[in-house]
Amino acid sequence: MRRQWTSTAGIVITALLSLFLVVPVLLSVYAGLAVNYARGPSAGFTLDWVGQVWGLYADTVWRSLVVALLTLVVTLLIGVPGAYALVRKGGRFARAVEEIVTLPVAVPGLALALALILSYGGAGAFRQSTLFVVVGHVLFTLPFMMRSVIAVLETIDWRTLDEGAASLGAPAWRRFIDVILPNVRPGIVAGALTVVTLSIGEFNLTWMMHTPMTKTLPVGLADAYASMRLEIASAYTIVFLVMVIPLLIGVQLVADFTEKRTAS
Amino acid sequence: MNTHAPMVTTRSGASIATRRLSKSFNGTTVLHPTDLEIPAGQILVLLGPSGCGKTTLLRLIAGLEQPDGPDMIRFDGEDVSGVPIEKRNVGMVFQSYALFPNMTVAENVGYGLKVRKVERAQREAETRRLLALVGLEEYADRRISAVSGGQRQRTALARALAIKPRVLLLDEPLAALDAVLRERLRVEIGLLLREFGITAVYVTHDQAEAMAIGDRIAVMEKGRIAQIDVPKEIYHRPANDFVADFVGTMNRIAGRVENGLLNIHGGETMARLNVGGPDRATTLCFRPEAARLASANGAISARVAATTFFGATQRLVAEVSSECRLQLDLPSNVSVTPGQILAFEIDPAAIIEFQTEA
Repeated sequence: MRRQWTSTAGIVITALLSLFLVVPVLLSVYAGLAVNYARGPSAGFTLDWVGQVWGLYADTVWRSLVVALLTLVVTLLIGVPGAYALVRKGGRFARAVEEIVTLPVAVPGLALALALILSYGGAGAFRQSTLFVVVGHVLFTLPFMMRSVIAVLETIDWRTLDEGAASLGAPAWRRFIDVILPNVRPGIVAGALTVVTLSIGEFNLTWMMHTPMTKTLPVGLADAYASMRLEIASAYTIVFLVMVIPLLIGVQLVADFTEKRTAS
Repeated sequence: MNTHAPMVTTRSGASIATRRLSKSFNGTTVLHPTDLEIPAGQILVLLGPSGCGKTTLLRLIAGLEQPDGPDMIRFDGEDVSGVPIEKRNVGMVFQSYALFPNMTVAENVGYGLKVRKVERAQREAETRRLLALVGLEEYADRRISAVSGGQRQRTALARALAIKPRVLLLDEPLAALDAVLRERLRVEIGLLLREFGITAVYVTHDQAEAMAIGDRIAVMEKGRIAQIDVPKEIYHRPANDFVADFVGTMNRIAGRVENGLLNIHGGETMARLNVGGPDRATTLCFRPEAARLASANGAISARVAATTFFGATQRLVAEVSSECRLQLDLPSNVSVTPGQILAFEIDPAAIIEFQTEA
């Protein structure tokens, strides 16, 4: 009896909490589809707002995807070998480097952006290109990739795997590609998921760093909230959800698939 | 094939020689200068407790550790001290196997050949041959996580042999297995290594394993080789106290020799061991199986404290005095009960007397 009571209470509390979190999302979706939010559902529904958003801000959607992808590529190229190098090196030096790499997470995005603008603001073409935003995103997301990979490296016996491959005649780069990489794949996938999610949703840094020509989706969203009617801003949210949710599910599926392959 | 090393034409791999080979980590010496000669085709077992330097010595020969100085390790007379492990062409079997979880059993075995750019058909044929040799053909396509500990061990062995190494190095290869499997595999490994006729260095802390596998055994203590010899000599003629205690069970009787007869310290009974030589204080050592029952006259008498049945033999714990307890092996059909006073004698040829006495 008692156990039933507690589990029922658990379900109710979970449902209420979920509702509390989901209701604003649903309301946003509703607002973005309503002809007039203030007049309620009686005024009818339309896709006009979504159409207008797409017309005005389609470029920010694509830019966000490109930025996320480039950020991912750079964090993979730097973060994965970097994480392995740090774990191999070990000791106080490696820990210090890890702390420094993690610093941008703790520093407010605005401060980080300001520092980048102060340093590279003079380099006009670079300052005005999307790459400038990518650099900010890489600084911010790199620690997440590295920590994720380091966490997995610490659970596998990478030293013995490396020595085993070395004894079979494999040079260092081959040991990394053939043996280390496949065995830290879960960490890489988890890191990639975090990096892409963070990059697509990143606002702080990007708002400070962007130029009118390098707006990303969240910056466009802020624009829409500030200057457009409520329905358009909400329609923007719909575009964001439609874009991000399949992406997240997709990456999660890849993660599950890799995990199963590694486990079996 | 490895282009750096000369082609090995014999089936027996390379001979190994170390010259004043030493290793220290941060000022702590873990291996004192060591001279070692292992003829081609011989299996040398490095035996000792943990921390005695046996694994360091193996890793130095493998190239996984750098020796303290140049020209300390030679394969077939060629200095390999500066050659990294990936170019040394050594086969290595690790205690934890170091198998690649992202590859199948067959891919693991074939990896060294793949690195050497052996063409696919030849590689697969060679892999199959080795898997057959260790009895794993039907597991070829299994993932490492899907085979048992013993099968992993064999996969590791096949993988190390696949590259036709100049020497095979095994670091406690059976330590991770349960006792029954360990006993079976040590026989199999011993046979396999002899069949290959490969030079092998085998590290273990298990003296039974060392006896079963080694052509010679090097007993190590505190970074030095205490004794290196064939198993029989190690057992019957240990060089010092440490070796005597580490390999098998050793009994000790302390006493004074007067007129060629031993008086046991603290014992009410006078032992009449005819050991000869000048009068001296000494400790005599003998193995449990060197004892046999004797007529009460002219023997050592001892009170039986406990007996353990081993099948063919039984082991007695017998007290000669309060300070002197002995372990004695007798045929199990001799009826002995605790509390009984026994008279026994020791095969004079089996008595060992170490020169130094603390």
